[in-house]
Amino acid sequence: MAQEEQSGRSIFTDLDDGSTNEQVDKWQRTARLWKETLIEQWKMLTDELSVKLSLFVVAAFVLIAIFAPLIAPYPPLQRQYQGDAGILIEKWADPSLLGADNGYLLGTTAEGFDIFSQLVYGTRAALMVGLIAAVFTAGIGTLVGLVAGYYGGKVDDALMRVVDFLYGMPLLPTVIVLVAVLGPNLWNIILALIILQWRSTARVIRSQALSLRERPFVKAAEVAGASDWHIISRHLAPNVLPMTFLYGSFGIAWAILAEAGVSFIGLGDPNTVSWGTMLQASRAYSALQFGAWWWFVPPGICIGLLVISGFLIGRGYEEITNPKLQ
Amino acid sequence: MANEVLLEVENLKKHFKVNQGWIASLMQSVSGDGPDYVHAVDGVSFELRKGETLGLAGESGCGKTTTGMSLVKLHDPTAGDIVYNDKKLSEANDAEIAEFRQNAQMIFQDPFESLNPRMTVYDTVAEPLRIHDIRNETARVQRALEFAELLPAEQYFDQYPHELSGGQRQRVAIARALVLDPDFIVADEPVSMLDVSLRAGVLSLLDRMTDEFGLSVVYISHDLSLLRHMCDRLAIMYMGKIVEKGPTDQIIENPQHPYTQALINAVPVPDPDVGRERVELRGEVGDVVEIPSGCRFKSRCPDYIGDVCDQVVPPLEQKTDAGVDQDIACHLYESAEGYDPYAELASMRDGDAAATDSGDDASAPADD
Ligand SMILES: Nc1ncnc2c1ncn2[C@@H]1O[C@H](COP(=O)(O)OP(=O)(O)OP(=O)(O)O)[C@@H](O)[C@H]1O
Ligand code: SF4
Ligand SMILES: [Mg+2]
Repeated sequence: MAQEEQSGRSIFTDLDDGSTNEQVDKWQRTARLWKETLIEQWKMLTDELSVKLSLFVVAAFVLIAIFAPLIAPYPPLQRQYQGDAGILIEKWADPSLLGADNGYLLGTTAEGFDIFSQLVYGTRAALMVGLIAAVFTAGIGTLVGLVAGYYGGKVDDALMRVVDFLYGMPLLPTVIVLVAVLGPNLWNIILALIILQWRSTARVIRSQALSLRERPFVKAAEVAGASDWHIISRHLAPNVLPMTFLYGSFGIAWAILAEAGVSFIGLGDPNTVSWGTMLQASRAYSALQFGAWWWFVPPGICIGLLVISGFLIGRGYEEITNPKLQ
Repeated sequence: MANEVLLEVENLKKHFKVNQGWIASLMQSVSGDGPDYVHAVDGVSFELRKGETLGLAGESGCGKTTTGMSLVKLHDPTAGDIVYNDKKLSEANDAEIAEFRQNAQMIFQDPFESLNPRMTVYDTVAEPLRIHDIRNETARVQRALEFAELLPAEQYFDQYPHELSGGQRQRVAIARALVLDPDFIVADEPVSMLDVSLRAGVLSLLDRMTDEFGLSVVYISHDLSLLRHMCDRLAIMYMGKIVEKGPTDQIIENPQHPYTQALINAVPVPDPDVGRERVELRGEVGDVVEIPSGCRFKSRCPDYIGDVCDQVVPPLEQKTDAGVDQDIACHLYESAEGYDPYAELASMRDGDAAATDSGDDASAPADD
């Protein structure tokens, strides 16, 4: 109808019936959009020295966690015995680092476990809790925030009501209660952290989405007939990505701290060694009174290093996302 | 062909709920009052003909952008309808909406906000083609960029918005609007945020667009001197209503409505705070939440003629002594359609509250 009459005047007239296969190109371009966004973020992030150092620390811990069985001389929960007879447990051994001639780099615990091996394996627990909790909190928070912010109205009200409810609960006490109810194991700690942590990401991403959806480039996509999912994934998500990463890296730090806290008061996973359970055991056996500082100082330092790294990376992101801070 | 109607707007209304705190809403629900509404667009009717450029003018806040956004279905109307292809958009099915989406595009005011900072020029322009699954993407994108005078087009493919000037960005936005080969485009102050030196170039591009594409354009601006050059017809808006519409020459040279006269006499003065020009008129724009009775312009009108202005809403209609195509909403002129506002006023005086309702546009459908 109207189309035919006008097509004579269209500048595209001679292009209409060619059909090359450009599907592949389309996917390549979407992939590139994401790749370039990520590379750009990465470059901005690694501009800062403190961020570089932090990333280096995290990378070192990741390597230790991956190669733990090669680095640690013993399994973390294998009793060490004096001599070959296997009768007397080698407990409270001094660290060979301080000159003792026993091959236990950081000595042994009151139960006869090799502290160095425990420290190495503890990296796994810390990173697992930190990374899994962070990925899920940032992921869920971003998705919820985008949906709430983009759709607004009732969807927004409902989702934000849930967030408000979660905000009413203090982090550590609630995680402790949840773990006490669900049972002390690493997965329940992670689950409890995820349940409580996505709230802050969701709230921030929502407010960003609220302002993004009013921007003309989103309106232009709507005018062109883009679906809601298209707009959320192509126009909103890439523009809130720095915020997601920011909350993700803070999330790592919080999760590691919380796991240590929960384990320290005795609700840690008894079958897994984490830095928190190491601290808890050292306290239970009064390592401080015996002067065995090599039992609790190393895990404390490791927790501190990883947590500080997480916060520094987050700070770096804060400066990217909010240039006024600089 | 010249007078074929492409789009018909029928008594379009768009009201926004006033954003208020929950305490205020609680008070209202207790006291039984409904929430307040901004009457951004409050009953406008016009038609857009094939190949014409229609200008929408008026002071800031009179509802131009809201009208334009409703035309491309960025807003669902509160009341009224838009007829496209003999089909009311409110009754259209998904396929018809998709067809409409392909044929209705918009160019926005702010070139720095209208492109996604994370997308290259190519992806931005190709996006509408992908949404509608149209083949020959690269060739079309190239053609559209060339039309928008971004040459050589390939050189712009991989650039990001931050690498472009304001004028170039607006050209990319124009290419994006054109790439689907639409029937009409709403251009909302497309040059008001550009450097003065860049305006002429973009304007001549918009001009070519109507000439070579046979496009219909709704051109929104507060700048009458600009609209005068661009448009075939003009509609002047005030507080969400059209007060006068007709052929551009007639309106500019022989304005009838006191508001149009004031607008034309007012010289646009540069306003450094806002970064664009504003029209200054005597007095304040009326309250768009609590709409006054009668004529909305009454508090600022130099020709106010008493109770009839105060009580009776002047309908937009033909007047006996104005040009044929010129419609005016003012009691100063005698209706060519036989409408008598004084009879209305008299019936309101002896009648009760019920009569007040009929004072609204006679053609208005029931309003909730
Ligand atoms: N999404 C919205 N929610 C609430 N109120 C709105 C919304 N959009 C516009 N308004 C209000 O509606 C009225 C008309 O706004 P609109 O943007 O259409 O005016 P305009 O004529 O385009 O003005 P300008 O020349 O400043 O662009 C204003 O009072 C504005 O505050
Ligand atoms: S109707 Fe009355 S108040 Fe309104 S513009 Fe005309 S003369 Fe002025
Ligand atoms: Mg506007």
